[in-house]
Formats: sequence, structure tokens, C-alpha cells
Amino acid sequence: MRFKGTDSYVATDDMLVAVNAAITLERPLLIKGEPGTGKTVLAAEVARALGRPMIEWHVKSTTKAQHGLYEYDAVARLRDSQLGDARVHDIANYIIKGKLWQSFEMDERPVLLIDEIDKADIEFPNDLLLELDRMEFHVYETQTTVKARQRPIVVITSNNEKELPDAFLRRCFFHYIRFPDEATMRRIVDVHFPGIKSALVKAALAAFFEVREVPGLKKKPSTSELLDWLKLLVAEDIPPEVLRSRDTKTLLPLLYGALLKSEQDVHQLERLAFMARRDGRN
Amino acid sequence: MFVRFFLELRSAGVPASLREYLTLIEALRADVVGFDVEDFYFLARATLVKDERNLDKFDRVFAHCFKGLETSIESLFGEVPAEWLKKLAERNLSEEEKKRIESLGGWEKLMETLRKRLAEQTKRHQGGSKWIGTAGTSPFGAHGYNPEGVRIGQDEGRQSRAVKVWDRREFRNLDDDVEIGTRNIKVALRRLRRFAREGAATELDLPNTIRATADNAGWLDLKLVPERRNTVKILLFLDVGGSMAPHVRLCEELFSAARSEFKHLEYFYFHNCLYESVWRDNRRRHAERLPTWQVLHTYGADYKVVIVGDASMSPYEIVQPGGSVEHWNEEAGAAWLGRVMAIYAKSVWLNPVPEAHWDWTGSIGMIRELMEDRMYPLTLAGLDRAMRALGR
Repeated sequence: MRFKGTDSYVATDDMLVAVNAAITLERPLLIKGEPGTGKTVLAAEVARALGRPMIEWHVKSTTKAQHGLYEYDAVARLRDSQLGDARVHDIANYIIKGKLWQSFEMDERPVLLIDEIDKADIEFPNDLLLELDRMEFHVYETQTTVKARQRPIVVITSNNEKELPDAFLRRCFFHYIRFPDEATMRRIVDVHFPGIKSALVKAALAAFFEVREVPGLKKKPSTSELLDWLKLLVAEDIPPEVLRSRDTKTLLPLLYGALLKSEQDVHQLERLAFMARRDGRN
Repeated sequence: MFVRFFLELRSAGVPASLREYLTLIEALRADVVGFDVEDFYFLARATLVKDERNLDKFDRVFAHCFKGLETSIESLFGEVPAEWLKKLAERNLSEEEKKRIESLGGWEKLMETLRKRLAEQTKRHQGGSKWIGTAGTSPFGAHGYNPEGVRIGQDEGRQSRAVKVWDRREFRNLDDDVEIGTRNIKVALRRLRRFAREGAATELDLPNTIRATADNAGWLDLKLVPERRNTVKILLFLDVGGSMAPHVRLCEELFSAARSEFKHLEYFYFHNCLYESVWRDNRRRHAERLPTWQVLHTYGADYKVVIVGDASMSPYEIVQPGGSVEHWNEEAGAAWLGRVMAIYAKSVWLNPVPEAHWDWTGSIGMIRELMEDRMYPLTLAGLDRAMRALGR
């Protein structure tokens, strides 16, 4: 079982090694990187390439580690007991399985995505240490131990909003998705828009990397923004010359709304573009 | 195996643990990667480095430890007898591929071509023996054995890239050598947590539900309570500019940790010492000033005050009206500090200057006296003590 990238996802060599190491040694893989560089998509692509089912666990600020294992619905049981429902005698009827439990019970080895682990409480990763290590946990209410049939392929993404504890990190493989260089970028665009005019891609990429170079941007546009922008350019059928020409009425790249997401960034770019043009005239 | 590399990583400050090292060995035994230095580099990186800030350090150590090694590994394989290579290849080639070899004139002929090509390579390149290594020993990889034979010579070869991946050091600007991370600060700040129930009732109140159900003659009567929230209120005053410049990073970390840890956090900036006005936005510090009186009146006595500053200034700035270096202050800094202390019973001063140096600056002692000795160094231990003092 080896992951080699897919026709819709460009994986770099270092990413392949990290993914395959995690698959072979059955350890979690921690993915970090700038927002919009395809962290979450990776898990889906791994699942698709290996033909495995995928289970997604999206973490929020209120998510507790226990939610991934199981929840005991005491209120439902209380209600049933009032109504005289026969189900009430078996406590197992009120145990609601979490994502981790679901992935443990799969017939095939699944891919489990724990998305944005840094959104949760600071102790969240620590609470999952044992469960991810041994791939088993104890259900207190029914006094049973749930053990994974096959250790799922665990992909964890983080946006670096919180530091993760060392004990947790030591158990993972780690890959940092670097921002792709121009050649990789072109491959990524090729994968997403086969047959797009190469002149347009060239002009668009040049403009895109120029925008990324602008100092002081709050949020640099990333791969996903570039792809959105290209989608617009293709839809509007904009000729590459327009992107390249420097003396258009507007100083900003066309349809910049897809690239820049905050007002300050647009102003910043406008100001710099204006200064650049003024310098160019002198 | 690689012990020296591992130890050098640790001494370079990459916090790799024994467990991670064993994982690396395990991965190598499980044949996660072939005999390719670059793949080994990727694998070692994924195993031993867990923080992108350490990637650059890793690259440097790797370059240092394995300098020149990639050629020696391959020259080792270069001496592998052809017979062995043939067997290996036969085992791994499909029938179809074997037929293609036959069509090209058989194995012997191919090997001869290969040998010839190698001879050419030696003349043109340094370390031409590489090609044997690449061609012969990695039939699994993308650059594995190619039955056409010719491509071996044409192939650009992974090892011949001008700059190795680790020599490019692409992670340079992620390295920032922060000693205490925000995580540690947050853990220290947690001492201050005070939970209280506030807001909409969303949680089941079990004891009350049981009581109400019993009162209801056994019929269920659900009771809900609001969620527990951290209700500690903090007033944070930060010294900016001048002598604080070397401590900016530390203060930023403290600030970002505090911001995410406390819901009720109000922060204000001052310069050197508290005077009659403070500001919230450093870019508009001269335009948008807030009278300190207004701050003291707005936030009740249940707020806890944390002042962050190095307290290093001229003594006149504390005791003398008009002593401020920036403007004419009607009242001395000491008076303003006294007012803060009078309103807020719980207040501390955090000082980024190491505690051992405090006696060397007169003003630190003065401020400390004004703060009734509640000055703590801005280290994890100091923060811990300060939070205890506030929580008392």
C-alpha cells in the first residue's frame, strides 16, 4: 500500500515519503502549512488513491477528545425510562459512537482525518495520546474495551493557532507543506485546469507571485485562491495580454477579489502599485 | 546507525527524542524508502522534526553530517558484481520487461552497453559510478532500472542536481529560536482561571434535575444551567518603545497567550511609567490617547491588573512631576501607580529584565517598592508566581 499522488493532487517527493512512512508504520501524520495549501484535501486524496473509506472529524473550539470516542446520552435514557421504552434496559443503546470509534470498526483500513486540531482546547491532543497510540479505549458505561480492527491511517491538520504538546508530536510523522514554487504551481494548475491556455497560466502565475511578493499583506494569496482566481479568469475568458499589460486603467490585477481577502490588503497593493507606476514614469 | 547524526541534531537544538529516533530506525527497517539519500533526508525530516521552525536547523545538521556521503554510499553499490544485479533485476522485472530486454539483444548486451556508457560517464563526470548505483539498486523507485538502457545515460539523475534539497535551506525564515512558546505561557496563565456560569442555559444540571424530578413525583423535570466560563477580568498595561525593544518578542507572546486565554482582557500601552494617559493603538499613540482616569473609572475593582515593563528609567520619571521623557506630566508617575494600586487590590508588575539584574537599576527598586514588592520576572517561573499572587 503506497501513496503515489493522484491525477487531481500534486504531491511533492517529500510529502510522499512522509505519507508512506505514516501508512507503513501506522503512526499519525501531522500536516501543517499556510492556509490554502491543500492540507485537508490530502487526506481525501490519500483515501481515494488507496481506495479506502474516509472518516472526517472536524475539530471546533468546543470539541472534546471524548466526542471522538463516544458519548453517553443520559437524557435520552432518562426520557425512555419515563415512557417505559424497553430499550432503556440496555445502556449500550445510549452510547453514541464518535468518529474514532467508527474508524476502529471499519472492515477496511480507513483514512481518518482529524481536521484543524489546533482549534480545540489546549489539552485536546494530550487527551488523545493513548487512544492514537494503542488504537483502543475503554467504554466505562458498558465496561468494554474497543480495539481497532485495523489501525486507521490518521491524518491530522493544524493551522498553528496553538502549539501542540511535545508528547503528542513525538508520536507523529510531520510534514510542513511549503508554498509551492512556480514549477510545482504550474503542475497544480495543469491538474485542475487541463487544457488551459499556457500563455494565460504564465501571465496569471507571474501576476500571482507578484502579489505574493507585496510586503505587508495580511493574508498572502495561496494555492486555493489562485485556483479560484483562474476559474474566474477562464470563465470570463480573459486574454493573457490583459493580465500582462501594465497600463490598464486599474492598477490591480483583474478580478483581484479572488486573491485578496481583506480591504487593507487591497489598499496596500493599490498604494504600492501606484508608487511603482509613478517611479516608472520618472 | 546515525547516532552521531541524532546527537548532533540534539546539540543543534532540534528537540528530537529517543522515541523518534527509534521510529526512524523502524521506518528504515520497514523499507519505507529505498537507497536514496534524498528520500532518506525526507524520511528523517518527517520523523525527527515536528516544528517548522526547526526545519532549517535540521537542514544544516544534515548537510554537515552527510556531506560527501551520498557519493560514498553509491560507490559502495557500484562495486556490486553484475551477477548480483542481474539476479536482483530478474526477480523484480515483469515478464514483459524481460522480453523487452531480450528484444534489445539480451541481458549481456545490455550490461555491456551500460558498462560502456559508464565508462563515458567517468570521463565526462566526476563520480560516474553513481549511475550504477542509480540504475542497479533501485528498481522500485521512479528512477529505477530502465530496460531500454539508453535512458540511464540521458537521465538527469536525482543526485546530480546542482544544489541538494537540504543545502537549499528553504526553511530559513521559519527558524526563530523562541525559548518559551505561547503554549507554556498559556499553561502558566491558566492558574488564574475562575469559572462561573454565565449566559444562556445550555448544560444539563444533573443534581438539580434529580431534585426537581423527585419533587415532581418521579416525572422528569429537566433543569439546565449556563455553561461554565472563565470570568477572570484582566487589565493589561504594556510598556512600549525605548528600552523595551529587546523584549518585544517575549511581550508579544505573552500578549497573544493572554488574549486567547482570557475573555475579559483590556489592554493599554504606556511608555516607561504610567501617567495621565494611555493608548490602545501604537500607530496612533499621539492622536488617540485615553485619560488614565477614564480607564480607572471604567473597569471595576474586580479587574486584576498586570503591568508589563522593564521599569528601567530615570528616577525622575517616577517621582518628579514633569519628569517624563516624552511630555510634560502634571503629576508624578508614582502618584498614578499609587492610584492603580489603591483601586485594584490584585495587581502585579512583570519585568522582562532578569531578576538577578534588578538591583543594578535604581528605578526597578523604586517601582518594586511602589508595587508593594509584587514584581515578578517575565519567565515561566515568574509568571507562575505572579499568577499565584493574583489568584490569592
